[in-house]
Amino acid sequence: MTTQKSVNPLGPGYEGVPGEEKRFRDVFRDTLRAEMIRDEDVFLMGEDISGGFDKETKEPLDAWGGPFAATKGLVQEFGPERIRDAPISEAGFVGAAVGSALTGLRPVVDLMYFDFVTVAFDQLLSNAAKSRYMFGGQTKVPLTLFARSGAGTGHAAQHSESFYSMLAHIPGLKVVVPSDPYSVKGLLAAAIRDDDPVFLINDKKLINLTGFVPDDEYVIELGKGRYTRRGDDVTLVGMSYTSIACQQAAEMLATEGIEAEVIDMMSLSPFDEDILLESVMNTNRVVIVDEDTPRASMASEFAAIIADKAFDYLDAPVKRVTAPHSPVPYNKGLEDAFIPQPADIITTVRKLLGRE
Amino acid sequence: MDISKEKLEWIYTTMYRIRRFEETMLEQTFKGNSMGVTHPSDGQEAPPTGICAHLTDKDWIGSTHRGHGHCIAKGLDTHKMMAEIMGKATGQCGGKGGSMHIADFSKGMLGANAVVGASIPLAVGAALTAKYRGIENESVGVSFFGDGASSQGVLHESMNLASVWKLPVVFACENNGYAEATPSWYAVSADDIASRAEGYGMPGVVVDGMDVFAVYDAAGEAIARARAGEGPTFLELKTYRYHGHFHADVPLNYRTEEEEKYYHDRDAIKSFEKRVTEQKLMTARKLKSIRDAIEKEMVVAVDFALNSPMPDASALYDDVYVNYSNPIPGLR
Repeated sequence: MTTQKSVNPLGPGYEGVPGEEKRFRDVFRDTLRAEMIRDEDVFLMGEDISGGFDKETKEPLDAWGGPFAATKGLVQEFGPERIRDAPISEAGFVGAAVGSALTGLRPVVDLMYFDFVTVAFDQLLSNAAKSRYMFGGQTKVPLTLFARSGAGTGHAAQHSESFYSMLAHIPGLKVVVPSDPYSVKGLLAAAIRDDDPVFLINDKKLINLTGFVPDDEYVIELGKGRYTRRGDDVTLVGMSYTSIACQQAAEMLATEGIEAEVIDMMSLSPFDEDILLESVMNTNRVVIVDEDTPRASMASEFAAIIADKAFDYLDAPVKRVTAPHSPVPYNKGLEDAFIPQPADIITTVRKLLGRE
Repeated sequence: MDISKEKLEWIYTTMYRIRRFEETMLEQTFKGNSMGVTHPSDGQEAPPTGICAHLTDKDWIGSTHRGHGHCIAKGLDTHKMMAEIMGKATGQCGGKGGSMHIADFSKGMLGANAVVGASIPLAVGAALTAKYRGIENESVGVSFFGDGASSQGVLHESMNLASVWKLPVVFACENNGYAEATPSWYAVSADDIASRAEGYGMPGVVVDGMDVFAVYDAAGEAIARARAGEGPTFLELKTYRYHGHFHADVPLNYRTEEEEKYYHDRDAIKSFEKRVTEQKLMTARKLKSIRDAIEKEMVVAVDFALNSPMPDASALYDDVYVNYSNPIPGLR
């Protein structure tokens, strides 16, 4: 146990708080484990979340321990009823998860790649998100889903999506996007304990990130963003990976004498409107950075809110730095160009401040 | 016959209640008192009745857009159902679900569901809960769906899941011969949909869905299997809807009078009456007293629904979430 200040600039850096530097992926698994110990109704379902069975004994082999080894070791502790490997039937097992949530359990579904949500979309949209409302508040759907998003790992067009706004658009569903080990611990625990369906989108680029994580159990309130850097010249708004990109850009801008304020949104539905407006009223300039494609994106939604409610405070147009309106390319050079990079943010900020 | 007197009375009451509810609901719809589209299930009384006769409030059913019969057979209150169809605050879902989303979780009714096939995995999930809790003997999942849903991928995924996980599920396919206007002989690749069960490692049984006794017997076996932890069963109940796909549909545009007569001659309620009176299981007088009570119930249900208040305007924003920190109202 250490009490050091985080080396990860996005960490909370609590002085004197017991905790340690941990990898994102380890924190994710440890949090799942803690929630399963905490509540016997929590169980996990997905493809290869243990992975493989012995043909003779029928016992799980834990050969994979889940996509990206996210659940490695859990089946030994909790058994195959609570770490339930599913056939490749996303619509079927997401639907079954909704049915189990409607009848009293708290399922957690690993959808592997975020792109695969479309295969289960009807169950997510028509059943998970709408049951409470269309049945007049008779029921609740305490379902958590998670999947890996994002370009940058050579997974190409069908394994790299970041279409956050597609999910945030759905009334009845909540969407959270952790950006570091600290936020994934608090957001995953909050998602599992929440009585509404919550989708946690986990950018692949963050999986091996390390950062300071307090030892004590905690939850991060859904719908709250946080400042990860304070500054007066411009607000940079990030979510998931782009919070890291904003932080890196802010540090480089500081060497040019530009002090950027960085907001990590953490939740996309609900989202923290107050922190956006507060910061823009302070800096009068804003750049929103989103790895999603630009049409009807979260970047566009945040821009609209700011234009509507902080118009008089703006000294410059609201700028968005996003992926292009294209699928994700395979080639490394093209893929890098697809992803909003710190350099793109810096260029945009310089233009905004007339320092080209 | 191996059915108690009480059960026979329940079966007749339930079938007649479904019949008269649908007819009454249609009358009200054509008077302009329903607020939306309705899908009557009269003619199809035997499948929900014969199946739900074996269920309790701890068992769960999934239903369809044509769900009134399932609701009634699972014990839902016809007053609240009628009020829901009229969009009233006293409705089963406070007027926010309508005919296609009537649900009662206290009765083990997971909701009528308007996306064809979408409720099937919900019943599988309810069965998963039962298995997880080790209460399969007292809580099974029954999925009602039609021949149209038999072409949906999610049915096939659900059948495979229920089989590999050995879940207490009954897949109850009400084959009424038509998916909207499309006949099953055109859209379904097998003579019997039940034949597909073999490919998923479960028994598939073809049942005369106009004969409530045949349904009762087949369902009894399927549900007993589920309760014993022996896994899922697929029942194909060959039945017929007397009305169109929805209230204003004119089925003679795609069905023949001969075909309609064939099924009306085999009407589930009439054949029940004939059989129980011939075998002296129930008296004509008892049957009439049940019918009279239902007629009164329908009058009261319509009266209750017509005289119930509309939902408060604020209900628009209620129950989207259990809790949510962003403002819900739209931008104006």
